[in-house]
Amino acid sequence: MASQTEIVVRFAGEGGQGVVTAAEMLARAATGVGFHALTFATFPSQILGGPTWTQARIARAPIQSPGDSVDILVAFNDEAYNEHRSEVRDGGVILLDPSVTPDPGDGHRCISVPFDELAKQTGESRAANMVVMGGLSKLINMPVTYFKEFVASRFAGRDKVVEANHMALDLGLAHLSEEDAISDLGEPDPPDYDQVFIKGNEALSVGAMHAGIEFYFGYPISPATPVLVYMERNLVGPGKFAYQASSEIEAVTGIIGAGFAGRKAMTATSGPGFTLMGEGLGLAWMAEIPCVVVDVQRGGPATGLPTKTEQSDLLAAISPAHGDSSLPVIAAGTVEECFYAAVHAFNWAERYQGPVIVLSEHSLAERAQNIPRPDLAATPVESRDVYRGDNGYLRYESGDLSPFPVPGGAGAYVANGSEHDAYGDTTHLAKHHVHLTERRFGKLRLLEDGTYESENAGAPVAILPWGGSKGSAREAYDRLREEGEDVGWLYTIFLNPMPPAMLDELRAKDLVIVPELNYQGQLAGLLRAQGVRAEAITQYTGLPFKPSELSERIKARLAGAGARQAVTA
Amino acid sequence: MTDKKNPEYDFTWCPGCGDFGVRRAVEVAMRDWNIEREIPMSHNVVVAGIGCSGNLVHLLEGEQPYGFHGIHGRSLPIALGVKMAREDLNVLVVAGDGDFLSIGMEHIAPQAARNLNVCAVVMDNGVYGLTKGQSSPTTIEETVTSSTPYGKMEAPINPLELYLTLGVTYIASGYSSKPRDLAGLIKRGMEHDGFSIVHVASPCTTYNDTYEVLKGNKAKGIEGTAWELPDDHDPSSRSAARGVIEQGGVPLGVVYQDAERPSLDRRIAGVRERVKPKSPDALLDAFAL
Repeated sequence: MASQTEIVVRFAGEGGQGVVTAAEMLARAATGVGFHALTFATFPSQILGGPTWTQARIARAPIQSPGDSVDILVAFNDEAYNEHRSEVRDGGVILLDPSVTPDPGDGHRCISVPFDELAKQTGESRAANMVVMGGLSKLINMPVTYFKEFVASRFAGRDKVVEANHMALDLGLAHLSEEDAISDLGEPDPPDYDQVFIKGNEALSVGAMHAGIEFYFGYPISPATPVLVYMERNLVGPGKFAYQASSEIEAVTGIIGAGFAGRKAMTATSGPGFTLMGEGLGLAWMAEIPCVVVDVQRGGPATGLPTKTEQSDLLAAISPAHGDSSLPVIAAGTVEECFYAAVHAFNWAERYQGPVIVLSEHSLAERAQNIPRPDLAATPVESRDVYRGDNGYLRYESGDLSPFPVPGGAGAYVANGSEHDAYGDTTHLAKHHVHLTERRFGKLRLLEDGTYESENAGAPVAILPWGGSKGSAREAYDRLREEGEDVGWLYTIFLNPMPPAMLDELRAKDLVIVPELNYQGQLAGLLRAQGVRAEAITQYTGLPFKPSELSERIKARLAGAGARQAVTA
Repeated sequence: MTDKKNPEYDFTWCPGCGDFGVRRAVEVAMRDWNIEREIPMSHNVVVAGIGCSGNLVHLLEGEQPYGFHGIHGRSLPIALGVKMAREDLNVLVVAGDGDFLSIGMEHIAPQAARNLNVCAVVMDNGVYGLTKGQSSPTTIEETVTSSTPYGKMEAPINPLELYLTLGVTYIASGYSSKPRDLAGLIKRGMEHDGFSIVHVASPCTTYNDTYEVLKGNKAKGIEGTAWELPDDHDPSSRSAARGVIEQGGVPLGVVYQDAERPSLDRRIAGVRERVKPKSPDALLDAFAL
């Protein structure tokens, strides 16, 4: 039995069979004892039934992508078995529900486990997942006590449930033999820092809480709904509340009203809802109202692929409205960055007095992962510069940012979505449109403080992923560096405005390779418009990049770039 | 300086526009409200729709409230955001029949269901004035306008009937030529703890002059459609309100008021009393490994 540094377990079946919770449970139990783990989930847009699969990747060292090949497949029905068995690596194992007849030609070891029947023996038919976990603990040689501790803490105080689940674990364990074990992760090496096990949407929500959110107003839409649900439950207190809107149009105009009234306000949505918010976002830009809009991207356009991942809203995020505007955009690339993206977004909105877009995506939103516990004390929170003078203040007179009058206090003005003069009154005069257009764009300079990652800066070619492709790209980059490729790494969550020093570095490259999950190569296109020799590597399958495939595609580009360089030379 | 004098602002309504009277009524209602409560004008927020009516927010005379002139049809949800964020503010919506009842129609029902504590003043001239005379939801059937050259093919909606059906808890109907009465209706709407709509017949002298229709003309034998509600009308009775609406014309007064149903403010206050907020640190603890 080989020792492995990581294991990927995939669960496939129908929605409602416990497939979704299985990966999370495995990852949670593994991280509880000091491994690193993250989950990946994809499911159809329906409540029960439909092909669903999730996977957990467990490793001894920190990881950032769902991984490559599958070590163990747990298939609950024929369809799941046939769909996923080709993804199982050579030497991998497939655990099957007894209803599934394995293909005699299948080169993998297929083991039938009567999950439901064994669960019934415990008196708790819902314990089938624990039978699976017990079997897995044998397969990957992970002490079953890890799972037992997890069950004990999860169902603390419910002795019967704990007992049944412990029994289920033992039954699953006993059903497999020592020879079935395929690998050994060894002893975990627990991190020496505090951790949380959290999903992207939850990390983003807690980030907003830390940033001082006061009003949340949102409409249910996959995959952003968990943010609404989290806020409804937790955002309450003096001057604070979360509420369900009747549409995305209502949601965005509602948070604009709250922002105008002096509050920190946010909504979260996905593609279709974001499109409906376009006019409102133009209003927030025009009237200079701080607010944060989160777009948890899914496949588009129109209703698109509601439960699949894609990075195709970048152009829309920067220009959601008609007319001259360029909205600040922060794109989270990891679960941890979901927390910080939310905090930065509020800080930016408050600082420049306008709307800020946070981009997340399905694969991050649903990803459960162990991350370092965010250090709240070390994460500063900003609030807008409030006007505290007398009446007679001209809100829009200055060519730069000016203090923000809050209703109830002096400095009454009209916040106006029509072009306006210093008073906020509607105007059609060119001088005002020129003056305030320049003011609105000029304020973006206040946001040029974003940080970025840069490695192997001397290389002529760099990889620059954005958003949730960061993890796969990072693993691909590490592989390429190990193989001796001279390629650099550049990355930021601050996509608009980009850190100017980073843009300088990008412009100096012979080639910047941008892996992104869309057809057009949206970021690459934007970079080319800014004088960067950027080329995209795209994928639009609704799934994230696999690090192995991505590194091969990058390698091909590197070879091409080298050939071109040789010709030019 | 608290009064605004903007030498450059040159928008004005056409001579005789009903919106002048509505503006006066809004000014009087806010002034009286402030005096009674001893609060400054800055505690009032006027959220305007887009159209001739929305320009009211720029044309207010004297001490200035806060104003928000947003986007077409969305005055109600902007007002909702202001009010939910700051229940201490008095929030007034000013909109027209096109803004409020056509593009903005979808926002009436949710605010009625929530009983949002804002007062909406709807200036109904039965036409799109600012875009020069197209038909609106309240334009009478068969009317020829620039957008209905062969006559309007849609039935006009009855706004008062709509508000009553949707569960608006304060419904008043007024006339721009009676600004004093109108100010009273608006102030009562502001005092109402819940969603209030004051629907105002406010004629457009350029595209749809209905003064004669509303007031009548004895010489021509035309009976006016505006009529005062009798003193014995009981606004707390839904069936009485329905009876008033079914009589047709433009009734003047408070058609309906349900003072019992709790406002959204009160419900939120109730939740805030019951639910203890958690600090971000405590929220993170829930995910601790």
